[in-house]
Amino acid sequence: MNVVSNKWIGQRTIRPDGADKVTGRAAYAADATMPGMIWGKILRSPHPHARIRSIDTSKAEALPGVKAVVTAKDIVDFPVDTPVPLGIQDMRWMCRNVMAREKALFHGHPVAAVAATTEEIAAEACRLIEVDYEVLPWVIEIEDAIRPDAPILHDFLRFEGRPSNIAGKLEHRLGDVEAGFAEADVVIERSFATRPVHQGYIEPHACLVSVAPDGKTTIWSSSQGQFMVRAMTSLLTGIPQSDIRAIPAEIGGGFGGKTIIYLEPVAVMLSKKSGRPVKMVMTREEVMRATGPTSASRSTVKIGARRDGRIVAAQGTFYLQAGALPGSPIRGAAGCAFAPYDIPNVHSVGYDVVSNRSKVAAYRAPGAPIGAYAVECVLDELAEALGMDPLELRLKNAARQGTKAAHGPVYPRIGFAETIEAALAHPHYKAPLGKRQGRGVACGFWFNAGGESSAQVNVTEDGNVVVTTGHPDIGGSRASIANITAELLGIDYRRVSVLIGDTATIGYSNLTGGSRVLFASATVVTQSVEKVITQLRERAAKIWGIDPDAVKWEDGQALPAGDNAGRFPPLTLKQLAAKASETGGPIGAGVQLNTTGAEGGFATHICDVEVDPELGIVRVVRYTAFQDAGRAIHPGYVEGQMQGGVAQGIGWALSEEYVYDRQGRVDNASFLDYRMPVCSDLPMIDTVIIEVPNPKHPQGVRGVGEVPIVPPLAAISNAVYNALGRRFYSLPMSPPKVLATLEGAAA
Amino acid sequence: MAKLHVSTTINGEPVEFLCSPQQSMLEVLRNTLGLTGTKEGCGTGDCGACSITLDGRLVCSCLMLAAEAEGREIGTIEGMAQGDRLHPLQRKFLELAALQCGICTPGVLVAAKALLDRNPDPTETEVRYWLAGNLCRCTGYDKIVRAVLETAAEMREEAAR
Ligand code: FES
Ligand code: FES
Repeated sequence: MNVVSNKWIGQRTIRPDGADKVTGRAAYAADATMPGMIWGKILRSPHPHARIRSIDTSKAEALPGVKAVVTAKDIVDFPVDTPVPLGIQDMRWMCRNVMAREKALFHGHPVAAVAATTEEIAAEACRLIEVDYEVLPWVIEIEDAIRPDAPILHDFLRFEGRPSNIAGKLEHRLGDVEAGFAEADVVIERSFATRPVHQGYIEPHACLVSVAPDGKTTIWSSSQGQFMVRAMTSLLTGIPQSDIRAIPAEIGGGFGGKTIIYLEPVAVMLSKKSGRPVKMVMTREEVMRATGPTSASRSTVKIGARRDGRIVAAQGTFYLQAGALPGSPIRGAAGCAFAPYDIPNVHSVGYDVVSNRSKVAAYRAPGAPIGAYAVECVLDELAEALGMDPLELRLKNAARQGTKAAHGPVYPRIGFAETIEAALAHPHYKAPLGKRQGRGVACGFWFNAGGESSAQVNVTEDGNVVVTTGHPDIGGSRASIANITAELLGIDYRRVSVLIGDTATIGYSNLTGGSRVLFASATVVTQSVEKVITQLRERAAKIWGIDPDAVKWEDGQALPAGDNAGRFPPLTLKQLAAKASETGGPIGAGVQLNTTGAEGGFATHICDVEVDPELGIVRVVRYTAFQDAGRAIHPGYVEGQMQGGVAQGIGWALSEEYVYDRQGRVDNASFLDYRMPVCSDLPMIDTVIIEVPNPKHPQGVRGVGEVPIVPPLAAISNAVYNALGRRFYSLPMSPPKVLATLEGAAA
Repeated sequence: MAKLHVSTTINGEPVEFLCSPQQSMLEVLRNTLGLTGTKEGCGTGDCGACSITLDGRLVCSCLMLAAEAEGREIGTIEGMAQGDRLHPLQRKFLELAALQCGICTPGVLVAAKALLDRNPDPTETEVRYWLAGNLCRCTGYDKIVRAVLETAAEMREEAAR
């Protein structure tokens, strides 16, 4: 790790894109327009499950103002028997998700699309498309989908030799759980359920696409990765990647939900057919019906401990609802569930279950909150049974450097125990509680990620710096990159501009997701800046006529070092930039790398709730989140990630859920009825950043964005138990459910 | 259908536009007038991303007909800074990192300014209930509420000077 002066790292600098975002200048996807632009609109299935016998688009095509109509015929087909993986996705499922092929698999599934001169004409044309459906029996909930007589979504899916809605299974094993449980003095086993919740980004999916007659394609869209947009669109349209320029618009939230595409390939085909630029913007209702929420879940967790509190065995079974096509985050649920603890015997199994609702997309630490909810609630009961403080129980069993996790790795230096110790020592943990109040704690883990990143660092002729990276900035990462660049170069951060390149101007960079962006981009930016500093030293050496090794870079200037110290006056970045042409040309460097060494993120949360027994309302009244960030490059945005993750977890625990009607349709597809926390629902969310540097990163960075959503579900559940003396085993603990339980208890 | 001719004032400047009777103010601001700082998160009055002021009152522009702008004064995010001088709320939001993705920010700022115009000394609870119509999915509201309270305090100090 670099030892640096920390003039800028750790400072709350103003983000480079800040002024644009507080004045309304920042250009999000839906803000883009082009001359000659027309509007695209999607026709969606009115049935949760139906075979598509035929589609007649002739009436729509004849409507004046309609310029193009697209169906599944226009999207490249990937036959179901040959996997075509792209990242964690599979193009077999993506091609069927963007446009229904053999069958419509959920209410809201796209079946056709129209581009017309106005949005109204496009909508009218959609109404004129005639689809002949054979309506099929449907199934939505996990428990129904895994019944032997359940309607089967996909004939090609087999589980244990039979047609099934179970699309996959993932298993982690460590030691021997049977033997482990035999050693236990106390064993607790409980079952839990969670509902699907949506990422809830405020910006609906949007894109503007222009396909020129020579096939050159430009896409402005809101996504968590312009290279993902390019790759998937290329595969689904047959246009080579080199002909597609995907430009990342500012993104209005994603939380994982924009790691796949919905509109782009459809808009490309509409644009190609019509010869006009095409804009598509989803309505909120479309977002709620047809874009990925995360899975509902059913889990059972069993944990055994000795009387001294040492956990000896743990077993977990997690069923996750994938939606219409395979791919629920069972790896996150089964893999992260027990990862915070040093448990000698673990068996953790995840099942991927398809059903007739929209295909899941990643949601912040995908799957991990589901696993942690069950495990951390059982730990609470275990602590009570053992007569132990719940944090002490966790500390006693906390994973540390050298712990072998069931999902594979042996941990290097991690800061998990430090988060528990900080929570134990925090005044919040000892503060008195009021009437009807309760306190709960929980911990959480997320893998974090490295992967491909590219950066280019150029010195301008006037001696300032422009940094370009390839990851959409979803929560302030440009600010952190400015801090790091300023720190390494020894210049004021205001002299550093940070831009996000498009697919034609910067090298391949993987998604903004997995809590990987700052880890990976800081690595390539650091290496690029180091190369720039080498060039600067060489230029100064040339001017002075000495060896480059005899020049050092300090405080934004080149200094003669060693024997030459003091022989020449220092040369600043500005002076060297001015002489760049004479000393060898432009100064700049880029690095493209597949980064490794992202180490897991750990968190411990304390939550106080107050329950209103008349109304059944649970209010979070105090919340403190402790997290090992490795190194907080910009503490303001680290805190922001922690607070945002906690708020989403509070919504998941208390108010958010998909509700389906008797026809298999989402019954609450609006922000009014799908209840995300609003400002008056929440208290201040206190944060404690712990910095145990990641030994495998130049600045010690660990990912921070995802783990804060992992503990809240259980922390809140445990707090509700502490307040009421009754446990809930399903989420959300919404007012009707809480009231029913309280009334049931009273009766 | 024949279009309506509307004369109005936006951010202090006279503006004329044509709209159909059913078009929303949000649609006209964004698609006709190119004022895309005002955002659409839902179109149903539930998220506040489209917040503007109408004769000084805070409204959701997605729920307002464009024709209603006739003879009225509209305020949008584009009118909040004075030239290159940011409004104190805008400055404070940047200082305190009170935005992440920034899509809710224009609406939140317009709403917060409408609050401080009415109530220069709001309590935390008053800020939270006033902003309850502005959804933010990124921040958990903590830094937003702090930024509004701190700005209010600074503006009061400034006024007392
Ligand atoms: S867009 Fe107007 S309230 Fe959401
Ligand atoms: S900053 Fe993203 S929604 Fe508020």
